Amino acid sequence: MSVPVAGSRLPDAFLTPGTSSFADFLGAAAPDLLPSARSVPQGNAGDLAPHGTTIVAATFPGGVVMAGDRRATMGNVIAQRDIEKVFPADEFSCVGIAGTAGLAVEMVRLFQTELEHYEKIEGTTLSMDGKANRLAALIRANLGMAMQGLAVVPLFAGYDLTAEQGRIFSYDVTGGRYEETAFHAVGSGSMFARGALKKLYREDLDESGCVTATIQALYDAADDDSATGGPDLARRIFPVVQVTTASGGRRLPDAEVAAVADTVIAARMDRPDGPAAALT
Amino acid sequence: MSMPFYVSPEQLMKDRADFARKGIARGRSVVAVQYADGVLFVSENPSQALHKVSEIYDRIAFAAVGRYNEFENLRIAGVRLADMRGYAYDRRDVTGRGLANAYAQTLGTIFSSGGEKPYEVEIFVAEIGDEAADDQIYRLTYDGQVADEHRFAVMGGAADVVAERLTERHVDGAPLRDAVSVAVAALGHSDSGDRVIPVEDLEVAVLDRTRTRPRKFRRLPVAVLTELLGAREASEPEPAPSGAPESATESSPEPTPESGDQPPVAPPGDPGEPLT
Repeated sequence: MSVPVAGSRLPDAFLTPGTSSFADFLGAAAPDLLPSARSVPQGNAGDLAPHGTTIVAATFPGGVVMAGDRRATMGNVIAQRDIEKVFPADEFSCVGIAGTAGLAVEMVRLFQTELEHYEKIEGTTLSMDGKANRLAALIRANLGMAMQGLAVVPLFAGYDLTAEQGRIFSYDVTGGRYEETAFHAVGSGSMFARGALKKLYREDLDESGCVTATIQALYDAADDDSATGGPDLARRIFPVVQVTTASGGRRLPDAEVAAVADTVIAARMDRPDGPAAALT
Repeated sequence: MSMPFYVSPEQLMKDRADFARKGIARGRSVVAVQYADGVLFVSENPSQALHKVSEIYDRIAFAAVGRYNEFENLRIAGVRLADMRGYAYDRRDVTGRGLANAYAQTLGTIFSSGGEKPYEVEIFVAEIGDEAADDQIYRLTYDGQVADEHRFAVMGGAADVVAERLTERHVDGAPLRDAVSVAVAALGHSDSGDRVIPVEDLEVAVLDRTRTRPRKFRRLPVAVLTELLGAREASEPEPAPSGAPESATESSPEPTPESGDQPPVAPPGDPGEPLT
């Protein structure tokens, strides 16, 4: 069974009380719509589809910033220059995805629907840990595909209204869920981005300082990783930056990100390796 | 008493309809009103947890009267259908008309099938468009009939009394403040006088097209309602036989605690008795 056609009676599965999870409902009523329910033929399919690359996130007092570069690659080819890999998951959280781009975008859509579905059915939102665990379950269901080269590795961040702070969660392909403190990065350029953040991050950064730090980190990732896209000055393509605070999440307007990126690039004209950290 | 061997189809359907109607007339009314920025829902519902008005999708809301377990079941089915369509196709492909059709087919089949008890519910499905002219309110009855309502609609309880009052007072394109006052006053209106419904017992929600987020549904909390309603008059020119001799002006949110001269506010949580 798939989506009911217009003008037909609601199938029994719709009227059966039980789960408030959209993914579980799909699994029972229309499993063909679930990304994890598809069987992929034997062999490595990893080279068939574009891959998304680097995502970074960092907390600041009162919220969390997540930023992602705009490049998708297929082997040595740049598949897309302006792909978006950071999405709002709901009002107070966002998710960025590295890995097989097609599956990743589908998984984000499923995750967004999952959170909204729960909220509408239960009349209340999931806790921050609840959301992180639901995402882990979706990733775990994708393990079979991951073993055939179609891995999806998300980074989840949001503002925890109970704990009153920004929180970051990272994942592995088996659905392992790990809470990170301060900052984290995933994707091919993540070690360079994390290295940059180690030197740039301060716990007392404000929102704009935190945004600048993540853009510096993405610049460093693009500097050393060919699969991560740097700021594209000719086409004016800059990272997607999502800021989540107690008043909700918002994507920074392109003009704002462009201004920060321009400042970063101007400083790199003098010192290409970026700002110098104190030795002691 | 002998068992009747034959019941005519007319009689069978009439019995089922009477059964469903009786269930719906118990309890309190729900009002849906078109106002300047969308559609407003007002109902009298002392429970903060068991909602009569709910969000289905971005621009679609659901309101119901009757048996809670039955309309809750339909609401969840509606959320599932909308989310599934939105996930399989696109958010724009989820329409109120499609949802109303699915509900109509479901209610109609259950009503006419001999095996199932007819649902004792009545439902509004409302959808807002980009302009007031595109707003839709569908009324679905227990037997699967669909009606397209305009300006305002009332269901459940003493629906005709409330509807009559709304016919007199409703203003097209009114701002939210006026629409809420008119709707709340109409809900408290009855042939035997007017009551002031305590603000805590109101469940009010809007589909508001001026919201910047894609999800346009919003519940109005008590604080906002208190501000919107301001001071309310308890009595009307019509003499009320059961109390409220002079206009007991209420300082919201708490009704004035003058026990003897209290307007006849029904005790909360007695949806078992018919209003009239």
